[in-house]
Amino acid sequence: MVPKIMKDEVAAVNNEEENVQEAATVSLDVNDLCLWYGKHQALYDVSIKIPANKSTAIIGPSGCGKSTLLRTFNRMHEVSPGARMSGKVHLFGEDLYSPEIDPTILRRRVGMVFQKSNPFPTMTIRENVLVGLRLNGVRDKKILNERLESCLRMAALWDEVKDHLDRPGTGLSGGQQQRLCIARAMAMEPEVLLMDEPCSALDPIATMKIEELITTLKTKCTVVIVTHNMQQAGRCSDFTAFMYLGKLVEFDRTEKIFTNPDKQQTEDYITGRFG
Amino acid sequence: MSNATLAVPPAPPQAPAKKWGDQAFKLITLLASLSIIVLIVALGYILYDSSKLSINKFGFGFITGTNWDSVAGIFGALPYIYGTLSSSLIGLLIAVPLSVATAAYLTDLAPVWLRQPVVSIIEMLAAVPSVIWGLWAILVMVPFLRDYIYPTMQKVLEPIPLIGQLFSGPIYGVGILSSGIILAVMIIPIITSVSREILRSVPNIQREAAYALGATRWEVTRIAVLSYAKRGLLGASVLGLGRALGETMAVTMVIGNKSDISASLFAPGYSLASVIANEFGDATTPMHQSALAELALVLLGVTLTVNIAAMLLVKTFTTKETRRVA
Ligand SMILES: Nc1ncnc2c1ncn2[C@@H]1O[C@H](COP(=O)(O)OP(=O)(O)O)[C@@H](O)[C@H]1O
Ligand SMILES: [Mg+2]
Repeated sequence: MVPKIMKDEVAAVNNEEENVQEAATVSLDVNDLCLWYGKHQALYDVSIKIPANKSTAIIGPSGCGKSTLLRTFNRMHEVSPGARMSGKVHLFGEDLYSPEIDPTILRRRVGMVFQKSNPFPTMTIRENVLVGLRLNGVRDKKILNERLESCLRMAALWDEVKDHLDRPGTGLSGGQQQRLCIARAMAMEPEVLLMDEPCSALDPIATMKIEELITTLKTKCTVVIVTHNMQQAGRCSDFTAFMYLGKLVEFDRTEKIFTNPDKQQTEDYITGRFG
Repeated sequence: MSNATLAVPPAPPQAPAKKWGDQAFKLITLLASLSIIVLIVALGYILYDSSKLSINKFGFGFITGTNWDSVAGIFGALPYIYGTLSSSLIGLLIAVPLSVATAAYLTDLAPVWLRQPVVSIIEMLAAVPSVIWGLWAILVMVPFLRDYIYPTMQKVLEPIPLIGQLFSGPIYGVGILSSGIILAVMIIPIITSVSREILRSVPNIQREAAYALGATRWEVTRIAVLSYAKRGLLGASVLGLGRALGETMAVTMVIGNKSDISASLFAPGYSLASVIANEFGDATTPMHQSALAELALVLLGVTLTVNIAAMLLVKTFTTKETRRVA
């Protein structure tokens, strides 16, 4: 065993999985997670420790369970009829599936951005950003306005929309809509932001903007991004998890996964030999 | 009854050759839809033609006149127009909230096993003939309302300024309010099933957006489903209004058949459809017949307008705004 070197960046040179976990505080700690949709098993014994204030990419061929795994982090899978799971997920040490946890409150702590942008079409830009706070009972105009601006700035959207905050959110371009959804999620000041292929419907420039955002976002929260685009994972993540057929094959620092993966399957996927 | 809405022409049998089949299909559907338009135009023309006598004599006064005296040969339709509109609006006011709530419950809130049985029951209710609703209303609903509900309503609501008038005067049981209530019962099934289709077509990503913000199920329904579907739900309601306006049998049995315009909703009234049904057999003078034909023309005009509006609202909703996302 390699002697344990000091924390954080230094750990990058280390191959041991343990050292990855040492690299930072663990945000999401997943243990032996299995998930079924009816009789169909979608996840097999997934265990992963996702570090806080980093961005972690989940890659893998489509249908391998990336979205499903992501949805167990905010209990969104419970919305799909027939989904059952076993195993544990801890968020900063707190068991997400303990009976005391109310999923609606959990989802305020773990925000989510979807594959297709989904602003509420009957709401204005302002209302879209603030809807989560309103649901939370925040009425104070000052707080709301501050949060509106800070979140739109964080989503790099403020300059584009500040003069027409009262126009419908669906009037924006696809990329802007997706950034609006990011602002909407960030308005809740989540501890984790889950992004499920947030760029798959966007053009390269809009994609680039969102990738740039991730650097800012991870100073505020832990970012977990699902992507089927390996370049994207390479560009905007610190850690990468590779999944295949419902199993977690490998999880490590992104450079390591892309340059010198431990598993043959990972290498085959990275080099495009299957997928 | 006026069901000229959302009518889909019957599908013709499949032709053997594919290209030919396509062409033939297009042609047949085109002919079928044209024939419906031709039918409606012809109907309108015939009514117009038969009502010429009365149109020429009374002109616009036919619509604003309040006196209907077949012996004296004076015909004014306002009480009937009022009866039709007020009872239909009452029906709509009662039916829409109940139907939309039921539809929302059935699409998003009810346990899955409960949904299909309830939907089937509602669809069965839509098939009950209106004369049966009328009988039920006369035998059960009206006596119950007259003895228990209306007196209490009057006690509570009459002292309120402005709206108090609506609940004043003697209570007969039959009347505008009773016919509004039976209309509500009759249009709830159709509004509920159309609303349910509309709510089901709200894309799931809208619901997920709300869930992901920590919305409860009710909040999801409110911010993501109902507000998204507003326009379509409006269409469903207008569709129900179209039904209510043309409904004849049950209303005739319950409305009281008295050509009066009274401030009170407890007072008896009369509806366009009811007058036509009641008087046409006995109309002996050409002027009387002609006036009844003009009533029919007015009714056709009102229901067609309402139905077309409904069709447009529902259609723009289900084609443009939605498209289920896989
Ligand atoms: N709501 C659902 N009901 C049933 N099966 C599902 C559902 N969602 C996903 N699945 C199945 O679970 C597997 C994993 O899906 P998913 O997590 O969406 O994959 P990915 O996001 O990696 O493409 C697939 O086989 C998919 O068909
Ligand atoms: Mg997916």
